[in-house]
Amino acid sequence: MAYKTIVEDGIDILVCGAGLGGTGAAFEARYWGKDKKIVIAEKANIDRSGAVAQGLYAINCYMGTRFGENNPEDHVRYARIDLMGMVREDLLFDMARHVDSTVHQFEEWGLPLMRNPKTGAYQREGRWQIMIHGESYKPIVAEAAKKSADKVFNRVCVTHLLMDEAKENRVAGAVGFNVRTGNYHVFKSKTVVVAAGGASNIFKPRSVGEGAGRVWYAPWSSGSAYGLMINAGAKMTQMENRIVLARFKDGYGPVGAYFLHLKTYTQNGMGEEYESKWFPALQEMVGKRYLDVEASHLSHRPIPTCLRNHAFINEVNAGRGPIHMVTMEAFQDPHLEEIGWHNFLGMTVGQAVLWAATDVDPKYENPELTTSEPYVMGSHATGCGAWCSGPEDVSPPDYFWGYNRMTTVEGLFGAGDAVGGTPHAFSSGSFTEGRLAAKAACKYIDDGKGEGIRVSEEQINRRKEEIYKPMEHYKVYRNEITAGSVNPNYINPRQGLDRLQKLMDEYCGGVTVSYMTNEKLLNIGLKKLKLLEEDLEKIAAENIHELLRAWELKHRHLTSEAVMHHTLFRKETRWPGYYYRGDAMKVDDENWHVLTVSRRDPETGEYTMEKAPCYHLIEDKQEAKAA
Amino acid sequence: MPTFVYMTRCDGCGQCVDICPSDIMHIDPVVRRAYNIEPNMCWECYSCVKACPHNAIDVRGYADFAPLGHSVRVQRDEEKGVIAWRIIFRNGEKDMNLLAPITTKPWGKHIPQLADVPSPSQEMRDSELLFNEPKYIRFDDGGLHTLERAGLQLKVGVYE
Repeated sequence: MAYKTIVEDGIDILVCGAGLGGTGAAFEARYWGKDKKIVIAEKANIDRSGAVAQGLYAINCYMGTRFGENNPEDHVRYARIDLMGMVREDLLFDMARHVDSTVHQFEEWGLPLMRNPKTGAYQREGRWQIMIHGESYKPIVAEAAKKSADKVFNRVCVTHLLMDEAKENRVAGAVGFNVRTGNYHVFKSKTVVVAAGGASNIFKPRSVGEGAGRVWYAPWSSGSAYGLMINAGAKMTQMENRIVLARFKDGYGPVGAYFLHLKTYTQNGMGEEYESKWFPALQEMVGKRYLDVEASHLSHRPIPTCLRNHAFINEVNAGRGPIHMVTMEAFQDPHLEEIGWHNFLGMTVGQAVLWAATDVDPKYENPELTTSEPYVMGSHATGCGAWCSGPEDVSPPDYFWGYNRMTTVEGLFGAGDAVGGTPHAFSSGSFTEGRLAAKAACKYIDDGKGEGIRVSEEQINRRKEEIYKPMEHYKVYRNEITAGSVNPNYINPRQGLDRLQKLMDEYCGGVTVSYMTNEKLLNIGLKKLKLLEEDLEKIAAENIHELLRAWELKHRHLTSEAVMHHTLFRKETRWPGYYYRGDAMKVDDENWHVLTVSRRDPETGEYTMEKAPCYHLIEDKQEAKAA
Repeated sequence: MPTFVYMTRCDGCGQCVDICPSDIMHIDPVVRRAYNIEPNMCWECYSCVKACPHNAIDVRGYADFAPLGHSVRVQRDEEKGVIAWRIIFRNGEKDMNLLAPITTKPWGKHIPQLADVPSPSQEMRDSELLFNEPKYIRFDDGGLHTLERAGLQLKVGVYE
């Protein structure tokens, strides 16, 4: 190969992936590390990369302690209820106590936050959400990151982390390739903040053909956060906790503003309210601790997202679909109608296009909703990601090993989708996590923990060979056939992705099986994933763009394998409406009120699973008495 | 609704290639103009549409669920700090113009250069505080929230 090797040496903090988590990390790192070398590697263009590339119409995580609205512990309790108890409350508390300072800075930088003219506080959409004109959210935070970073490498897809050869289990940087020039990039760094994305497109999407790009989470969210860290031997947590979204049909337009601000509501195909009738049986299934219909009614305690999905799915399967969003009332108010449209244009333009194409005017017609295919991520209403240390002043010893947001690999930090157990961080919380990780990474370096790192030429060359192998493979076998894409020696990235999506769908609880799986199915799925892994060694890339898709697929595959193992390990149905274990259809607090933790041995590919204790915030009785 | 490029408007400048988050806007080697090489990896995020200096890029709803004959166009202006949308329905009965701000400040001017702000003290480094904290949390004299201050502790096991 004629591609050059470009080495960037002496980096202190390498940020892999510059979405909201990565921009937060790069920005904050400069404050704690004035003389440190901060470098960003981003596979797209930092100005429009990550899940917020298109913009957002709301910031979904803002406490408002300044306006007397909420305290951090209130948000922890909310996330705990929503995730059926399975969260890292130390990390959540930490994120929540810092997130407002992030949002206040965004406003200062020029992000238009709406204000409530009556109170002067930010315009609330719901208890945790504030409304913004966020079309340029990403370019604005990108400016902040660019001001702090020494160098930004756009269009460099990071494929692997480098490991230190002087000390075991310590990170030493990363490698990847430039998707324009094809050049091989080596980043030698004392610390790495993985802030890459969660995973769309690992379960078969409802859309077919051209529409396969219309996934709920960005199609470029390739699970690289997990692929990179799993491959480095970092422990992962809650990877079974995939999320299914109830959204506007086909366009997957957001419903948050509709429910919370516009006060629209759902009904079945007969025009009836349907949720409540499913709740008594559901209460039996999950227990009163997680669904107490009476208490929810009295105290406005939120009903977990997954349980509302459960009612939706069951109502449709009972033959009373489609589920409609009742917009015809709210949209008679021209102001609310305008908000409804702005909401799409600010974050999911495709839904506006679809309604324009199908003449759906929500003023005169109640649009259809659907439940999406599952997604694996850690910043929305779900908490997949790496098993990370929490902050010193909050975390119990089980959750603390020196540096906030550091994974179980030394010097390897996470933010956003990369960190497990911290759902409901969203954009502002992910940026905040990046800031926390950056401060901790600077401290790690100042403590001398990154000294004496050694990376051999052998490691660098081995990775290089591995990275370009799909292109070599193509060159060797392409001319064995006349033309076309059918070749007995290889599959291309699209063919591999289709296979992955089909098997995840059918064996791990996708849409076509109504989110159902069991031990037998999962074991078959794991076998098929192994076969796919073997074939991924024979994946062929015709050009650099296909090479990008090949590596995205490999990251998605590693993510999927973790999801399958975790789903097999947790022998209960913790989140009905996200997925079901048909052989264990109940919440089982006696055995499974724990967090699941996995590690894949990078040498052998073998998985080990363990249970980790789940801690919850409770009133400190003695403190309360003393006060 | 993947993107497509009008032949007579595109001059092959490559702005769309540069910005596309999905790496699917490429220059066709024969006509030397941009096109969408992989529509089924297009998120219809409009990043390329907004970036095109010639309004040469538009979107046609995904063939598998969106009928033809609609239009959602956009103009984004960083100088003026606004974005303007126009939505036209297939049946022509609805034609909406919507305007929204994209920033409240001159572009990039109010983002601090952290290399130039005073260095944090050792006490600050040893604390749990981030840049601009505690001030920016509530804009009052209070400190950071802690479990102790909130009268809370972390306890293992099922909560009641």
